[in-house]
Amino acid sequence: MADPEYETHDYDVIIIGAGGSGLRAAIEAKERGLRVALVCKSLLGKAHTVMAEGGMAAAMGHVWPEDNWQVHFRDTMRGGKMLNNWRMAQIHAMEAPDRVFELERWGALFDRTTDGRITQRDFGGHRYARLAHVGDRTGLELIRTLQQKVVSMGTDVFMECKILRLLPDAEGRISGAVGYMRPTGEMVVFTAKAFILATGSIGKSWKYTSNSWESVGDGHAMAIWAGADVIDMECVQFHPTGMVWPLSVRGILVTEGVRGDGGVLRNSEGKRFMFDYIAEMFAAETAKTEEEADRWYDDHINNGRTPDLLPRDEVARAINSEVKAGRGTPHGGVYLDIASRRTPEYIRRRLPSMYHQFMELAGVDITAGPMEVGPTCHYMMGGVRVDAETQAATVPGLFAIGEVSGGMHGANRLGGNSLSDLIVFGRRAGIGAADFAEGRAGSPSVDAADIASVIDEAFAPFGREGGDNPYGVHEELQETMQTLVGIIRTGPELEEALAQLEDLKGRVAKLSVKGGRAYNPGWNLTTDLPAMLTVSRSTALAASLRKESRGGHTREDYPNPDPEFAKFNFALSSEGGNWDSPIGAVESPLLPMPDELKALLEEAH
Amino acid sequence: MADVTMRIWRGDASGGDFENYTISQNEGEVVLDVIHRIQATEAPDLACRWNCKAGKCGSCSAEINGKPRLMCMTRMDQLPEGPVTVTPMKTFPIIRDLVTDVSFNYAMAEKIPALMPPPMPEGGYRMFQQDVERGQEFRKCIECFMCQDVCHVIRDHEDNKQHYAGPRFFIRLAELEMHPLDTNDRREFIKDEMGLGYCNITKCCTEVCPEHIHITDNAIIPLKERVVDADYDPVAWLGRKIRRRTKKSATDAAVQPAP
Repeated sequence: MADPEYETHDYDVIIIGAGGSGLRAAIEAKERGLRVALVCKSLLGKAHTVMAEGGMAAAMGHVWPEDNWQVHFRDTMRGGKMLNNWRMAQIHAMEAPDRVFELERWGALFDRTTDGRITQRDFGGHRYARLAHVGDRTGLELIRTLQQKVVSMGTDVFMECKILRLLPDAEGRISGAVGYMRPTGEMVVFTAKAFILATGSIGKSWKYTSNSWESVGDGHAMAIWAGADVIDMECVQFHPTGMVWPLSVRGILVTEGVRGDGGVLRNSEGKRFMFDYIAEMFAAETAKTEEEADRWYDDHINNGRTPDLLPRDEVARAINSEVKAGRGTPHGGVYLDIASRRTPEYIRRRLPSMYHQFMELAGVDITAGPMEVGPTCHYMMGGVRVDAETQAATVPGLFAIGEVSGGMHGANRLGGNSLSDLIVFGRRAGIGAADFAEGRAGSPSVDAADIASVIDEAFAPFGREGGDNPYGVHEELQETMQTLVGIIRTGPELEEALAQLEDLKGRVAKLSVKGGRAYNPGWNLTTDLPAMLTVSRSTALAASLRKESRGGHTREDYPNPDPEFAKFNFALSSEGGNWDSPIGAVESPLLPMPDELKALLEEAH
Repeated sequence: MADVTMRIWRGDASGGDFENYTISQNEGEVVLDVIHRIQATEAPDLACRWNCKAGKCGSCSAEINGKPRLMCMTRMDQLPEGPVTVTPMKTFPIIRDLVTDVSFNYAMAEKIPALMPPPMPEGGYRMFQQDVERGQEFRKCIECFMCQDVCHVIRDHEDNKQHYAGPRFFIRLAELEMHPLDTNDRREFIKDEMGLGYCNITKCCTEVCPEHIHITDNAIIPLKERVVDADYDPVAWLGRKIRRRTKKSATDAAVQPAP
């Protein structure tokens, strides 16, 4: 076989993914004067961050002066059911305010308080109104601000470029990345001294998800193949409120801001059912009656929070139970009602894109009637195990941030903590990768034979006759994950899922596509499926091992949390480094937490 | 529901033609759902861009029955009976099928002088809601580039792309000019480099904006007024002539790093 053709580019730091965290990392590394490039699968500014709605959590104390990083830290740890990397949760809570102010300096126009400061909104699991926001399009504001900053700095951006594999040098340091340009289908090889993964989520392996096509878990998979550890892969967040009707929009996100701004959940009998689902852990800080809950919006000090704003895992399970008990809506959700509680003007001003989305896609006027909502696969807590200070993975030369990293959010993420996660750890990874690149001697190099084998594998479906259509295999994978590795799990179903995923491996190995290489979505999907299978197998495996219920991981056969399982994360790694290699799991003990931080967790408020 | 016939333009820079696909449809579907079903069944290599499928990312712009629309926000049941025609945006070069080369827009974005706020300790800025709302309207822009697609200055005159930024960037410039913290002066730049004068306010851009931004009334016209004020005020003109070498023009500011 002839040597494959590809173009090559060399940099100091390569960032794969141009959502909020990738852009923030690029700014930091670029400011160090290094040669930096961003590589992203879509056009710049289209990454999944644009979908974030409600806001970014930062204890600035603009609305409630009682707020501070200690309270934010406590809320984050309790929301994560104590599985978090406590040091990440601490860094996040301490640094988020400065990162928000920095966005303001770069041009972000947040909504204001009456005295002209950045205002903050209530969200689930947060003791105080803490989310800096722009109506319900905060993600767009974040990505546009960072994008414009990156562009003004003259950063190189490779758009519509899909990375397939990370490659090490002879000493095992990550030194290269092989991929293709989607518009032409031509292969490209990047060499660099440090690589930052900022590739986002894994939701596209489920049938009903708020995630875009990009969220196939390719960063998670590439890290696993490169020998890195991943943790908490069983911890997948199902957001309680996705659209349920019409079917074609099922899964699209309905912001938690609806509840933060006064909306409540009701079942088909009109009852505010969340009062029946207050777990003991949250009883002290949650309202007991509807009257108390309604007073809370104006007086957080003397009233408990409405249970509509319990952490997402709690609310999603409650909705699931109501629907199962026959108290759901005609289309299998529950009602989310803000129309009867706030004026149409208020709703349109606070939630413009929700108003627009329901009006256009479902023909529902949310200022006049309730929305139908149900859980949707939304966020991946699990990911690459990283060092809290630098975001360095367990393989040298590799860093990970945002959803592709694990630890920050433990078993369940609080709303609003993802956007702040992106900017806090995006910056830290930029520093970490820049330090690593500056300290690394010599030019990074990778084995040409490794490159050739990645390219061969990518092009193989063109030459194959009679294999499966990638779209059909993808649909089967989604069916498996939705029905067997969904919001409520059982041991036998997880075993069944693992068996079905083994079968799918054989079919992914024999996919066929037609057409050319240039902008061919069918072929592009064949290059996503190996990653989706690796990630799905990891999630199903970790879910089968965690024989308890905690955060985003709920086992019907082990319905309660088990203190023994609170002592460790499951750390997974590849035994072979190929997409179809076996995956192994070990119990990795949590880091011991200092006493002064432990004390914060025990305070009632 | 009855099957629908989709007439989709297929081809690349070297040429192409319409292909018909007759396909099932379900209640509540949007054009992008039907395109996805065609990909999954008859034409796995049919190229189209999309991301969020909720009208928030601006990736899936195309011309549906001749009008620029987001495919993800166009419901099939609101289109007239009969075949549905889907073509790529006309103003930009074709890559493949419904995907166009929109790099013109990214090149324009690189030229725009950044925000220059005065220095201030963290958290020290004060801005009032009424003041930020002017810019917030423009920052709703999802960069679908349909305003650029429909703007006849570049849609019908390819050579104007050399010196005309288009409506998307006029709202960006208006946002910067109206930003409460900005100290940069871009008026000469807007006139000379961004070609604001070519716009003759036919409002086509405003009509197609999926975010309902008042592009013409709230951005372009106020921007034209600012530029005209600066350019035709004889005192200002004289002042510029005299202080030419010391005044920080927008072009100078453009090369300064943002703080």
